[in-house]
Amino acid sequence: MALSGLEIYKNLPKTNCKECGFPTCLAFAMKLAAKGVELSACPYVSEAAKQALEAAAAPPIRLVTIGADSRKIEVGNEVVLFRHEKTFYHQPGIVVRVKDTEPADQIAKTAKEVGGYSVERVGLQLTLDGIAIENTSGDPAKFAAAVKAVKDTATVPLILMSQDPKAMEAALEVAKDGKPLIYAATSQNWQEMAGLAKKYSAPLAVYSKDGLDQLAELTKNIAGAGVADLMLDPGARGMLDSLQMMTQLRRLALKKNFRALGYPIITFPGEGVDSLEEEAATAAQHVAKYAGVIVLNSFNPAVAYPLLTERLNLFTDPQKPIQVEPKLYAIGEANEKSPLLVTTNFSLTYFSVAGEVENSRIPAWLLVTDAEGMSVLTAWAAGKFDAEKIAKAVKSSGVEQKVPHKKIIIPGYVATLSGELEEELPGWDILVGTREAVDIPAYLRSAWSA
Amino acid sequence: MAVEIPVEKWAGKVREVTIGATASEGGTRSKTVTVGGESTLPFLQFEGQLPHRPVIAVEIHDAEPTDWSPTLLGALGDVVKDPAAWAKKAEEWGADLIFMRLVSTNPDGENRKPEAAAEVVKSVLKAVGLPLIVYGGAGIEHNPDVLVKVAQATEGERLVLGPAEDKNYRTIVAGCLAHGHIVSAFTPMDLNLAKQLNILVSDVGLSPDRIIVDPNTGALGYGLEYCVSVIERLRLSALQGDSMTQMPIISLAGEESWRTKESKVSEGVPEAWGDFAELGLIWETTTATTLLHSGADIVTLRHPKSVALIKSVIDKLGKGA
Repeated sequence: MALSGLEIYKNLPKTNCKECGFPTCLAFAMKLAAKGVELSACPYVSEAAKQALEAAAAPPIRLVTIGADSRKIEVGNEVVLFRHEKTFYHQPGIVVRVKDTEPADQIAKTAKEVGGYSVERVGLQLTLDGIAIENTSGDPAKFAAAVKAVKDTATVPLILMSQDPKAMEAALEVAKDGKPLIYAATSQNWQEMAGLAKKYSAPLAVYSKDGLDQLAELTKNIAGAGVADLMLDPGARGMLDSLQMMTQLRRLALKKNFRALGYPIITFPGEGVDSLEEEAATAAQHVAKYAGVIVLNSFNPAVAYPLLTERLNLFTDPQKPIQVEPKLYAIGEANEKSPLLVTTNFSLTYFSVAGEVENSRIPAWLLVTDAEGMSVLTAWAAGKFDAEKIAKAVKSSGVEQKVPHKKIIIPGYVATLSGELEEELPGWDILVGTREAVDIPAYLRSAWSA
Repeated sequence: MAVEIPVEKWAGKVREVTIGATASEGGTRSKTVTVGGESTLPFLQFEGQLPHRPVIAVEIHDAEPTDWSPTLLGALGDVVKDPAAWAKKAEEWGADLIFMRLVSTNPDGENRKPEAAAEVVKSVLKAVGLPLIVYGGAGIEHNPDVLVKVAQATEGERLVLGPAEDKNYRTIVAGCLAHGHIVSAFTPMDLNLAKQLNILVSDVGLSPDRIIVDPNTGALGYGLEYCVSVIERLRLSALQGDSMTQMPIISLAGEESWRTKESKVSEGVPEAWGDFAELGLIWETTTATTLLHSGADIVTLRHPKSVALIKSVIDKLGKGA
C-alpha cells in the first residue's frame, strides 16, 4: 500500500538541507509519494528509515518474472480489482502443458506449435507465452529429457512441474539459463525447493490445497529462507472455488496489504473439467478474475485466439484506447479511380475496415480522422466525428489531389451527416456506405463501378 | 498463519424482477423466471446472498435469418424457418427464456406490419411455456408502434419488451404499463446514461421491479472491455445502494458475438484461428462467460452447444447458493 507524503515525511531527516533538489523535506516527501523522485536522492536518510519506506513502497502484489530472454512473462504488480478503477497492468501468461510421458516427437511438435503461434489482431501479433513440462513419469532422467526436447525446439519461458526435488534439479540443470518457474514447493519439500530456487535464481510457485492459512505459512517460511520471487497455487480447481479464492487473494493483497499472499497466482483451468470448451470457459474466467499464469492442457488455436483476444481487451488501459495514426491510407494499389472511404482512428475500427477493404480486392483510399481513438458511433455521439471534422481531414490530407472523382463513402451509422457534409465539401458526392465493416466487400463490388 | 478473509459489507442489493406470468397470475406461461436479488458481486457465495442464478435466453428471429454464420445455420437446421418450432427447440436445449428479435418489422427489409409481428409473438407463446423477451427490429422510430401492438396482443403475459431508448421510451413504457409487461431500457455503454434512463422510465410510472437494464453489449474483440466495465460499475453502484442502478442486467452475447468476423466469415480463415466452427462457439461462450462474471443476469445465446456449456458454467458457479 502506498504511503502518503506525511507518512513518508516522518521517516525523513527533517533537516531541509535541500541536497535532494527540493526546498524542504516535506516537499521531497510529497514528490516521493507521487513517485516523482527516488528515495536515493536523499543523502542522509537512515538505514532503518530506508528499509521501512522501501517495504511500505513495495507493490502489494510482487512483480515476478519467468524466463530470461525477450519473451519473458512478467506478472503481478496489479493495483485494482476492477479495470475501470485504473487499469490492469500485466497480462496473465498463457502457457500450454506437455507431459514427460509423451513421446519425444509429440513433445517437440507441441513445443513448436506453441512457440511459433502468432495471431494478428488490430495490428498486434498476439502470442502464447510458454510451455509447462510436467514430470508425470516420476523419473528425473525422463523429465530432464522432456525439458531438453522443449528447450531445443522453442525459445519460450518454461514452467517445470514436479514435486520431487531430485527431478526438479535434473530439469533445472537443463533449463537453468532460462529462469524457469519451479512448480511447486509444498509443505513436504519446501526447504529443498527453496534451495533450488536460490541456487538457480529461479522463481518458485508455492502449492497448498489446505487453505490460505497453510499457504501463507509456507510462503512466509520460503521468503524467510531468502526466495523473494514466488507465485501461488491455492489448490482451488473448478470455476466456483477458483473464483472465490482468487478474489480473496486479490483483496487480501490490495485491501489488507497482506504480504504473505501478495504474489501472482498460477491456475490450471483444464484440471477437473469435462471438455475443451469448459476448460476454455474456466480459462476465460481466470483471465478476467485475477490469474497470473494460466496453464492450458493442450494447444488449440480455436481456444488460444479467443483467450488472447479477451486478455488484450481486458488489459487495455481504459484511459488509452488503442489508436492508429490519423492520415490517408492506401489499401492495395490505390489510384485516382479508387474509392475513398472515411472512418475513425480507433484501432479496432481501422483494422476492421481496412481488413474488409482488402478482402474486397478493390484497391481503395482510407481516410482516417482523429476521433481520439473512438469508434464511429461513439465518436459521432461525442462530437468527435462530424461533418466539419471529416471535411477538415479531407482538406488537410491532400486526398483532393489523389481522387479527382470527388466521391467519399461515409460509414452507414453516420448517414445523417451526409447533408452537412455536402455543405462542408462543395462539389463532392457523399455516398453512404455500410454500417458494419463486414459488409464492405459486397458494397464496394456493387456500388463502385465508377 | 491466520488469514482473515476480507468481506465487503454492501449496503444495497439488486432488485428482483419476475418475467412471465402463469394462468393464476393472468398469463399463460407454465413457469416464471426471477432474476436479480444479489447482495454481492457475481457468484461470491462467501460474501452475500445470490437467490437467483443468471439465466439463458435463447435468441430466435421472427423471420428466417439469411446472413447468419454457416456454423449456426448448420446447427439450427430447418427450425429457423418457423419461430414457433425454433422456440420449442430452444426449450429442449434448456433455455430459461426465449429472446425474440422482430427483424421482419424493419422498414428497410420485409417491413412486416406491427399487427402481423404481434401474431408471430402469439404463435411462439402458444408453442412454449417459457417467458419471453421481445425486442423490436424496426429501429428507434418504428419500434414503439411494433412493441405497443405486441404489448396489447399479449396482455398480462409479463413479457420483457425492448429496447426502450431515450428517444422513444415513453410509448414503449406506456405500453408496458397498460398491458402488464416489463421494459428493457437500452443505453449505449455508459453508466450515467443507463441510470438516467432508469429514472426517466420510473418517472413515467413504471415500477422499478418492471425494469431490466440493457447497457449495450460488445462482443469479444469488439468492445467487450467497455461492456465489462459498464456492467461492473453498474453492479458496484447497485451494491453501494444507488436504487436507480439496481435493475437486473441483460447482455446480448449471442447477437453480438455471431456478428463478428471471427464467427461469420467461413472462407479464407487464417490458420491461427483454428477450426472455424469451434472458434465461433468459443467466441460466443467466452463473451458470455466474461459478461456473467461482470454481473449480467440474463445472457442471450444462439448456438445450442453454447447453451449447454453456459448452462453448466452457471450450474458450477451457482451450486450450493
